[in-house]
Amino acid sequence: MSGQDAASSAAGRGPRPELFVGRAAASPQIAADWSRRRILLTDLRAVRGRAYPRINGLFREKSWVFFEILLPFLTTSAFVFVYRALQAPQEYIGFVVVGGAMTAFWLNVVWMMAAQLYWEKDQGNLELYFAAPMDLMSVLLGMALGGMVMSSSRAASVLVVASVVYGVTFEVDQWLLLIVVFGLTLSALYGLGMILASLFLMWGREAWHTTQLMVEPVYFVSGLNFPVARLGMLGALAVATIPLAVGLDAIRQLAFVGSDVALLPPLAEAGILVAMTAVFTLAARWSLRTLERRARIEGRLTMRWQ
Amino acid sequence: MTAPVPSVPAIETRDIRRVYKARPNNVTALDGIDLDVAAGEFFGLLGPNGAGKTTLIKILTTLLAPSSGSARVFGFDIERDTKKIRRIMNMVAGGEQSGYGILTVREQLWMFSQFYGMPGAEGWRRVDELIEAVGLAEQRLQRVNSLSTGQRQKMNFARGLLNDPWILFLDEPTLGLDVSAARAVRELVVQWQAAVPGRTLLLTTHYMAEADELCERIAIVDHGRILAIGAPAELKRRVQRESIFRLELDRLDGGPATLLRLPGVVSAVAATSDGRPDDERQTVAVNLVLADDAALASVVAALTPLGSHIVALAKSEPSLEDVFVELVGRGFEDEGEAPPPDDGLTPAVPQDAHEAGEPELEDVV
Repeated sequence: MSGQDAASSAAGRGPRPELFVGRAAASPQIAADWSRRRILLTDLRAVRGRAYPRINGLFREKSWVFFEILLPFLTTSAFVFVYRALQAPQEYIGFVVVGGAMTAFWLNVVWMMAAQLYWEKDQGNLELYFAAPMDLMSVLLGMALGGMVMSSSRAASVLVVASVVYGVTFEVDQWLLLIVVFGLTLSALYGLGMILASLFLMWGREAWHTTQLMVEPVYFVSGLNFPVARLGMLGALAVATIPLAVGLDAIRQLAFVGSDVALLPPLAEAGILVAMTAVFTLAARWSLRTLERRARIEGRLTMRWQ
Repeated sequence: MTAPVPSVPAIETRDIRRVYKARPNNVTALDGIDLDVAAGEFFGLLGPNGAGKTTLIKILTTLLAPSSGSARVFGFDIERDTKKIRRIMNMVAGGEQSGYGILTVREQLWMFSQFYGMPGAEGWRRVDELIEAVGLAEQRLQRVNSLSTGQRQKMNFARGLLNDPWILFLDEPTLGLDVSAARAVRELVVQWQAAVPGRTLLLTTHYMAEADELCERIAIVDHGRILAIGAPAELKRRVQRESIFRLELDRLDGGPATLLRLPGVVSAVAATSDGRPDDERQTVAVNLVLADDAALASVVAALTPLGSHIVALAKSEPSLEDVFVELVGRGFEDEGEAPPPDDGLTPAVPQDAHEAGEPELEDVV
């Protein structure tokens, strides 16, 4: 025993093997025979379990205040000063602040969704996920749910601080639609993240570098710091393919009533987000199944040394 | 309630082969493995690095498909019944760094309990029980990233027991642990198995003493093949054709060669490397190989006329290493670790990831 363990034993708190008895099951066959309800509950509990470290760890590492609030705030500030210098309409300041807040979600999707299975493999978690009886989608959903909560706190902080500092006034007529569109934007965004997570793992370094290359272009075509409609056809293409672009366009219309720089009406964009969520979620499920099949056949996806 | 020991075998493999694609040549990790492990048995796979032990465990835990052959775990086919197998088994590997350093021991185990579908409150209760069981009560609220290696492995062991598995796969569970931590883990393993009849353990190890101490039966594996299967004593008997004794005398004029003339003595060699008496104990130790035990009587009888008195006498049993050497013609230490297959596709965290200021692994939750 190590010194600490020995101390533990000395204090009468050493191993207690009588607690190893656990739950009784009549046979392995009975233990392995799960009802549909139990399977569903296991998947839901696995979502909760995987979300736990992200939600619970929210305030354990204080460095996020610097990296995820202060730095995005400075970036946002730079654009605010540019717009002010150009005497742009006041709502543009609001557009930039909203874009700055949404940056937290995009960064979370890139680094803590898309790259996560990659890290999990390196930590040795991935093979434990594969070896557990839950559906692997539960892990991705748990990561997404935890990531949304985690990023929401960051985004809200950026939004509040920047709004107060730069005097942004929101004009909202349809609160419910705004909330729905925001939720759909996150669903579609994290759906994309789930697909990327599988792709990263399957294609490794190539996918990693491709995504790194794509970060700035995605910032640009998503219109994080200006209305995407200003990009014309390119903006329309972004709205059709990138959840952040379409979501931001709709949120800006709903948060600043009267702004006339939009590609499509909010309801139409909400429809696009619903379609994106469905397609991305199904594609993520398919890619995860493919990943698991390849992992078993090729033996190189779950094992650290392969 | 204690369930009866299942009659169906815990593990059955038939002609399992596993080939990894690699350049320039494919690597055959398993080359026709036939294995039967009974329910409730503590079975060991003993072999050097690269022997194929871990590959076999990966196949049995449904993480890897065999290239050919079939395998069943408690009657469930590893290819068709993967989910069922995952519900009744668990696995713990040596040097495992799973989980998230930001969580406490208690939280980490609870998180894993959710992956096995335990209700929240029941999960916390079971986690607390297992923390007590493995002796981590004082560390229960400590962050995982602050645990010692031995404590971490105890936590991993507790994780492996969360779903009360019918079969537990242990892949080099004491790898990298110091002597006392390794002993603590071995004791926990034995205690867990003894608590309920029918619990089956498959252990891979390249520590011969560990296999000898823990396993009821052992398969000696090398280059993807099983060379011998049996109880440790049975395996050792296979190589014991002669009787080996260590004889310690107060003096032996003429040295060990004096004993060579006696009937039944095959060899007599000084036990100390230089053949001189042990200065500290003032004795002479001799390793004696006799044709059979009966020859010992003539040796003992011959010592008095020589003026020698026996200080100590012990019969030496062959070790599993002797068995391995006999079977393979070399020792474990002669085998280099098999290089991982280089398929040119190895995904890896980019080398510059950390340099770029990205999060440390422990922080990635």
